[in-house]
Amino acid sequence: MPYISNTDEERAKMLAELGLNSIEKLFKDIPPELMSSSFNLPKGKSELEVRRFIKELASKNITDLICFLGGGFYDHFVPAAVGAITSRSEFYTAYTPYQAEVSQGTLQSIYEYQSVISSLTGMDVTNASLYDGGTAICEAIMMAVRITRKKKIIVDEAVNPIYRKMLHSYAANLNFESIDVPVGKDGRADRKTIESELDNNTACIVLQNPNFFGCIDDVSDLADLAHTSGSLIILSTYPVSLGILKSPGEMNVDIATGEGQSLGLGLCFGGPYLGLMATRSKYIRQMPGRIVGETADKNGKRGFVLTLQTREQHIRREKATSNICSNEALCALSALVYLTLVGKHGLRELAELCNVKACYARKRFLEIPEIKQKFDSPIFNEFTLELPANAEDVISKLVHKGIMAGFPLGRYYKNMKNCILVALSEKRTKKEIDFFAESLGEIL
Amino acid sequence: MRLIFEKSISGKRGVRFPERDVPSACNIPDGLKRKNYAELPEVSELDTVRHFTQLSQHNMGVDTNFYPLGSCTMKYNPKICEEAVLYKGLADLHPLIPQLPDGNKLTQGALQVLYETSQFLSEITGMAEFTMQPLAGAHGELTGTMMIAAYHASRGQKRKKVIIPDSAHGTNPASAAIAGYEVVSVPSNAEGVIDLDEFKKALDKETAAVMLTCPNTLGLFNTQIKKIADKTHEAGGLMYYDGANLNAILGKIRPGDIGFDIVHVNLHKTFGTPHGGGGPGAGPVGVKKNLVEFLPISRVVKKTDGTYALEYNYPSSIGYIAPFYGNFGVILKAYIYILLLGQKGLTRVAENSVLNANYIMKKLEPYYHLPYMRTCMHEFVISAVKQKKNGVRAVDIAKRLMDFGFHAPTVYFPLIVEEAIMIEPTETESKQTLDKFIDIMIKIAKEADENPKITKTAPHNLGISRLDEVKAAREPKLRWTK
Ligand SMILES: Cc1ncc(COP(=O)(O)O)c(C=O)c1O
Repeated sequence: MPYISNTDEERAKMLAELGLNSIEKLFKDIPPELMSSSFNLPKGKSELEVRRFIKELASKNITDLICFLGGGFYDHFVPAAVGAITSRSEFYTAYTPYQAEVSQGTLQSIYEYQSVISSLTGMDVTNASLYDGGTAICEAIMMAVRITRKKKIIVDEAVNPIYRKMLHSYAANLNFESIDVPVGKDGRADRKTIESELDNNTACIVLQNPNFFGCIDDVSDLADLAHTSGSLIILSTYPVSLGILKSPGEMNVDIATGEGQSLGLGLCFGGPYLGLMATRSKYIRQMPGRIVGETADKNGKRGFVLTLQTREQHIRREKATSNICSNEALCALSALVYLTLVGKHGLRELAELCNVKACYARKRFLEIPEIKQKFDSPIFNEFTLELPANAEDVISKLVHKGIMAGFPLGRYYKNMKNCILVALSEKRTKKEIDFFAESLGEIL
Repeated sequence: MRLIFEKSISGKRGVRFPERDVPSACNIPDGLKRKNYAELPEVSELDTVRHFTQLSQHNMGVDTNFYPLGSCTMKYNPKICEEAVLYKGLADLHPLIPQLPDGNKLTQGALQVLYETSQFLSEITGMAEFTMQPLAGAHGELTGTMMIAAYHASRGQKRKKVIIPDSAHGTNPASAAIAGYEVVSVPSNAEGVIDLDEFKKALDKETAAVMLTCPNTLGLFNTQIKKIADKTHEAGGLMYYDGANLNAILGKIRPGDIGFDIVHVNLHKTFGTPHGGGGPGAGPVGVKKNLVEFLPISRVVKKTDGTYALEYNYPSSIGYIAPFYGNFGVILKAYIYILLLGQKGLTRVAENSVLNANYIMKKLEPYYHLPYMRTCMHEFVISAVKQKKNGVRAVDIAKRLMDFGFHAPTVYFPLIVEEAIMIEPTETESKQTLDKFIDIMIKIAKEADENPKITKTAPHNLGISRLDEVKAAREPKLRWTK
């Protein structure tokens, strides 16, 4: 029997100590009529058989296409040292660090994680992680509702449409009202409409930078606007872009959120990922999730503990700032190790590399006469093209040439059936980009 | 240990990127660029690896130490699961692929994993269908509570209350409250389970649901559970099962058979996926037939031709609660775990976890106060009230255990037991380990009598002594700054 080490003899001895002669007796509290009516599962298999089977399943997923698909989830390079650290079982087989003295490894690493994310986002404080970039936005909204005691949420339509769908189901069930504002002609947030929607009942404005269409922006003016009406501004960010882009802190944002997948995590079919959240010091007591703080032991030696726990469910129960308990600690460790390896100058270099590849690719595509640039705003690593044909058809044809061309925007935006969202990472080479451009030219 | 920032030396690098191979220049306008570089460490790869390896050595994990943390099911995590999530085709699979034209065809293996795991969980818990999307137990609770609201709304009702026993985990009331419900806390009786009379008083037409874990957080099975379910249903409410304690009952009882309508399962507890120092976990939610229409979208279906697909067209659904299909990497590990153990193996998990817990409980009973003298399930709660007379509290015993190479049990939870110490050994631990643990617990009980100062000032052997939590909260220092 795998993973149970006691022998029949040992079990018998233990039962004898309990004065019992069979394990069944331990379940005597369960009325017989409540016992399982069925438990129809396959017979257990050996590790070798299971391994073979999983390899076979893995081979039924197609991952050897050249990837230009992004949409908030990117094919970045992950240095080998990230996995070498996160696969240390002292880290991954530990629980939440409630017992600080035997969890200093986890606690110090979370403290370091909070430090790098705070610095990256230009915010004061960061929590120990949330589930993902989408639930991070939902938590940020609930936080803004608590802080402002208002219930209206203004959401830019260029916030990832998947996150907007999540936000809509949270809104429907959690009793706040959200209004989606279409993006402006240049691909940036539409100031006029946002201003006209903003009123004294508005808890927050939710934006994303770079936005879903790949456009970059400076939302400082919107932050000022929000603040004049007693509202907050929430900005969802792409952490790699912060190697070069103006940080949420510099734009006077109140709550920065983001998906941390790009920081050393695999795409892994949608998870586990990493929800980033950072805010200003004055809002810390309304922040959801765990927070690690520095302290000292009896002898004055520095150490780290979970702190400000009176916000949390295990203490405050129904009055807690959030219901979150388990978070994405190991993913936060990946992000920390990744950012440590990449380093201060490396992150800038990486961000520039992604940007120049995107600029080159866009230039190549725009050389094809039938293709138009959808928006004029500057881009980071992703951009929107308008094709002379249905984007889904083009994507299908390119799959046959070995290219995962991008995301068909018509799926979430009715008027964009011919638009495709194309993403570049440092992994894409000039040769691959040229091949993509040539193949696209042939198809159109 | 020094912080990584304190080891940083300007100019050091841990990774190099390929040289630029495209002729374009960076075209981001200066006004959109950040003024200063983010303060990331500047260290070599070796510095990085050594720093984090040393940090890891300041942790206890299941692989290094016995970890009897109650309610957390810290069982051994099979290594094949860790290996498999790295396979090509799984680790590098983009989650948006199924949303491309014909994308389902490109992800058949992954969709099969999701579909079959959900089928296994339905059979294990006696439910009609599962969503694999919730990203942890608490997220499952919120998803479940949203479905409860949708169910009542569909019947033209807006019920206000969720009944939760006072022994419940904090996430239960927190999840219900976030979903807009008033939480009614019902006390436990002398047997350690929800008081039936108090329960009946609390139950009325405003009750949307009753949220329970069974066995409960005291490790006790509620023999009246069917009655509670029947009463709740009579009043038009739903029964929600917090599956955090499912380990005890695998193959023995199914929540669906005993009257529960909704259940979440913590894959990171019962199904052997590691806890990662706090996460990631996964909290899939299963429902009975009458609630299937409210499940989140997307849903994974098996077509008549044997292929798998994602479906989105469910008008009564509560909508999206996660970006994709759940914490796929965690789900994959749980899937492998179920395949390895199979029907018999899973049943033995329950039997051995219950045996291990009862064995320790029996051996400790002469030395510690046992608030509920009953057969326990996979975990049990003792109290340090005897030791408290000498000034030794539960937390002191927890810290003292560390000196002997054990992770502490859960302390001060559930809230209804004074000086609670909650012990969950799990099925994967051997009698030898349990015996060692028992010996040390007895030794500590004696020490608390004879020389309480040692216990009260523990730990002594860790290189770090007890940390000042009050100071941390009073003067919050939450990040390094230059
Ligand atoms: C009884 C009980 N319910 C719910 C939860 C919440 O689960 P999670 O941490 O996965 O959100 C836990 C775990 O801590 C638990 O022990």
